[in-house]
Amino acid sequence: MAKKIKAPKHVPHKRENIESEYVLETRNLGISFGGLKAVQDVNLKIKKNQVYGLIGPNGAGKTTVFNLLTGVYQPTTGSFYLNGEDLTGLSQEKINRKGFARTFQNIRLFNNMTVVRNVMVGLSNQPEYKCTLFESIFRLPRHFIAERKMRKRAKELLDIFGLLDERNNLACNLPYGKQRKLEIARALATNPKLLLLDEPAAGMNPNETEDLVNTIKYICENFDMTILLIEHDMKFVSGLCDQITVLNFGTVLAEGDTKEALNNPEVIKAYIGG
Amino acid sequence: MDLLTIIINGLSIGGIYAMIALGYTMVYGIAKMLNFAHGDIIMVGAYTVVLLFTTSPTVGIISALVLCVLVGIIVEKAAYRPLRGASPLAVLITAIGVSKLLQSAAQIFIGSEPKGLTLNLGEIRLGSLHISVLTLLTILISVAVMAGLTLFVKYTKMGRAMVAVSEDRGAAQLMGINVNSVITVTFIIGSALAALAGVFLLFKSQSVDSTFGAMPGIKAFAAAVIGGIGSIPGAMVGGVVLGFIEAIFAATPLRDYVDAIEFAILIIVLLVKPTGILGKKRREKV
Repeated sequence: MAKKIKAPKHVPHKRENIESEYVLETRNLGISFGGLKAVQDVNLKIKKNQVYGLIGPNGAGKTTVFNLLTGVYQPTTGSFYLNGEDLTGLSQEKINRKGFARTFQNIRLFNNMTVVRNVMVGLSNQPEYKCTLFESIFRLPRHFIAERKMRKRAKELLDIFGLLDERNNLACNLPYGKQRKLEIARALATNPKLLLLDEPAAGMNPNETEDLVNTIKYICENFDMTILLIEHDMKFVSGLCDQITVLNFGTVLAEGDTKEALNNPEVIKAYIGG
Repeated sequence: MDLLTIIINGLSIGGIYAMIALGYTMVYGIAKMLNFAHGDIIMVGAYTVVLLFTTSPTVGIISALVLCVLVGIIVEKAAYRPLRGASPLAVLITAIGVSKLLQSAAQIFIGSEPKGLTLNLGEIRLGSLHISVLTLLTILISVAVMAGLTLFVKYTKMGRAMVAVSEDRGAAQLMGINVNSVITVTFIIGSALAALAGVFLLFKSQSVDSTFGAMPGIKAFAAAVIGGIGSIPGAMVGGVVLGFIEAIFAATPLRDYVDAIEFAILIIVLLVKPTGILGKKRREKV
């Protein structure tokens, strides 16, 4: 029998906040699975209201970076900061509550819940909708007030994404483009400071993609949002992102202004092969 | 026995099974595990009532609820939580272990002799129909409990969080839902329902021993599977279906074979519709 590869012993990270002008800053962020260094030395610096792109060929480790930033994986090296606050090693729900929200490469909605309830799940942890389990069980006034406020807010969010008419349909019955939008709406409902979009335009037709570009711009302006996105569609990336990081085999190949980075010979080589 | 009596008996037995089945189905749906110790929570509840009934029936019933909830929380924290993410088989065997542990603890601390309790709440006569107050109470309370639970799941934050976790645990976690607390609440609800079921079963059979919860537990599990495991309305439907089957066959010469018939029906349902009556279709992506 093959010997099971042991993951390197996890050294507990001591969280220390830093001074940072960036919404997201990562320092030497990396993870290895056994002997495989899936991602190493990623140093992202994302300013407020920026739309930042993370690109790279298949298997470059882009989604792994997302999984590190959202607590799905614990980094084996390095750390990351939200407005200077060290979030390394926190659990997924804590990181979400601190202000990171994400969508998934393969859409992961709560399929058998209605559209409006999907968004309401995202709203659950906002302090303005606070009501304890006790209040809910005994149906005290605060329960109804919180429920009403949540439903209202959920409808507002759905309206922005043009999903208001679909609110009582099951999420799994929505067409693909709308499911993508609902996922973004659900993520926004958690009131994040940084929105992570994992291939938001994947599988979309040109019309839907254009629509999505406008939606992302709208979110950035109206929600005062900072966005980090993974994408393969270069037109989409250059139309939205002013800065990008290019990953290849888990390491940073190029970073900086989108045009320069995309014209970097190393990047072209990685994409076209050579 | 006339038809009305059968219906009333069916509803009362079905209500009890449904309450137990809800515990199985919710834990399965949300924690993705089969809690085979669930039946023994019934036994804990029944024993508590028997031991405290002479003090005061109310105290007995309330203590049963509280104790069952505590046992549920402790079992989940001590036995199942450390195994989160372990293989389903390991969790299943642990659950069987917990079940044996509870049964043995009852034998050691209370004794293996059955403990009895006599209770007669009288009966109501409607023309030629005699209905015991206990049967009526069972129906009323189980219907109320199920209605309350449905409302809870549908219209509260915690209820939505439960559905979200059962749909996609990972995505729910990334939306800021604390999965551990959702699972704890699930065990609390399941154990409280099991305690109630234990009280009614005890009043019906008037005696309790350490394996008191085993048979109703396994039957309610069958009910949950018949209804579609993981589905809350499914557990209610499955419980009532099983209750009716029991009531109908109890009125025929086949009454000694009721258990066999019930499990045979389970097998038939699994053959014809493996996901149960209200079970979700499983879509496989290729």
